[in-house]
Amino acid sequence: MTEHAPAVAPGLFREGADGTLTLVGGRSRSSGRLHFPRSPVCPWTGADDVDDADLPRHGRLWAWTTVTAAPPGYAGPVPFGFGVVEFDDADGVLRVVGRITVAETEALTEGTPMVVVAEVLPTEDGPVTTWAFAPGSGGAP
Amino acid sequence: MTDVVVAGVGIHPFGRHGDTTATAMGAAALRDATAEAGVSRGGFQAAFCATAYGGVAAGHRVLGSLGLTGVPIVDVEAGCASGGAALALAAGAIRAGQYDTVLVVGIEKMPRGIIRSSFFPPWMEAGGLAATPAYFALRAQRLLREQDLTVEDLAAVVVKNRAHGVHNPDAMFTTSVTAEQVLASRVVSPPLHLWMLCSPNEGAAAVVLRRGDTSAPGAVRLDAAALRSHLPGSVLDESTPLSGIEDGTITPPSALAAADAYEAAGLGPEDVDVVECQDTDAARELISWAELGLCAPGDQARLLADGDASIGGTRPVNPSGGLLSKGEPLGASALGQVVELVRQLRGHAGPRQVEGARVALAHTVGRGANASVVLLST
Repeated sequence: MTEHAPAVAPGLFREGADGTLTLVGGRSRSSGRLHFPRSPVCPWTGADDVDDADLPRHGRLWAWTTVTAAPPGYAGPVPFGFGVVEFDDADGVLRVVGRITVAETEALTEGTPMVVVAEVLPTEDGPVTTWAFAPGSGGAP
Repeated sequence: MTDVVVAGVGIHPFGRHGDTTATAMGAAALRDATAEAGVSRGGFQAAFCATAYGGVAAGHRVLGSLGLTGVPIVDVEAGCASGGAALALAAGAIRAGQYDTVLVVGIEKMPRGIIRSSFFPPWMEAGGLAATPAYFALRAQRLLREQDLTVEDLAAVVVKNRAHGVHNPDAMFTTSVTAEQVLASRVVSPPLHLWMLCSPNEGAAAVVLRRGDTSAPGAVRLDAAALRSHLPGSVLDESTPLSGIEDGTITPPSALAAADAYEAAGLGPEDVDVVECQDTDAARELISWAELGLCAPGDQARLLADGDASIGGTRPVNPSGGLLSKGEPLGASALGQVVELVRQLRGHAGPRQVEGARVALAHTVGRGANASVVLLST
């Protein structure tokens, strides 16, 4: 296991003892809106009243593709999946960009249930943990 | 309102030019533009240089190589819209009475491959999230699904623009292609194939703006040059955020810039005869049509099928061949569009001439997000 790989950047997510990963966004007290990654102010209104807010771990696939050539500064495997997952929130949906754990994305369809998971990637400075979206329900919601 | 005219234009061909520096390309374009305008040292009061990768004092190097320094020289970076931003600043300063004549030059010498951009923090690069063409692909997929378009429609955009580019000696690619060839090119990120993506490259373009009499025969008037950034919320816009909300009511930056430009010019999309618009990828062009008000969302397939956007059609788009033929030297691309449209309005576009063109629109959108819309008329 590679559970000791540090996070790719601080403050993006929390890892549970059971290996689950929860994205940590922010919610503005005045707008009620959720965003990710957590910003000092509400990105939709500019209000300076944001608290940490966990994102749901389960969402739906909204857009997806495959990255076939290594983007700049990336030392991980190619090809890899890449897309946008929609998460339901009390104030509407939040669409979040991320890697998809399967590279062959042709079989995916809009609305495919997706779960947030941890993924370990090699970098010049050693392995790091980042978030990714995996098709399926990933166990209990 | 004070009238601003385009007094001269120049372009250094877009492509790959070996050891030729961005400074030298800028000097070549600017020399042609100033010669056409009859402007020499002492005949202008400021210069703006559009570039994203040009480095410190890029404009000073261009003007210095021509012995033209001494006036204020300001470099302008606004991603793909850098040239539009420089033009907007120059035109605004003339309208405000600050200057009478301003030089605007755009230069770029881009590395090959996927654009590496300081826009992305290192951790996003490490995570594979600086995958610029993949963001384009996600947007293209949504476009196809929401507006009932097909990958064949995307290929048709490439076929159209490359057919136009055959007649443009300043373009990087001057051969026509078939839809079958486009769809046989390598899949970069589905649904986008390699030939549906423009090539970052090298080149320069220059424009001389002057306060002036627009009644002279052949005078090309700069009616508006608008620049806008994005409103937050859309996960797939050029600001490439990591999250977004339902964006049906969020006006994209290109539509904001278009509205500003139409209002300033007292014109509407129905008045426009010829368009140069951002075709970073084939889907981006079709999105741009709707954002600029050139068609209703969902009408793109019909316009493509009817040839309306081809030379000879009702309103040609990208008669220069677009970025898909010319490539995209970031700082130069928006001014390259203006050079093309000035030639069109003067009736000097040769075999790619749009007959009877009187009103022209140039559009760029890119990283930032930044969007610019320029309206020209004769």
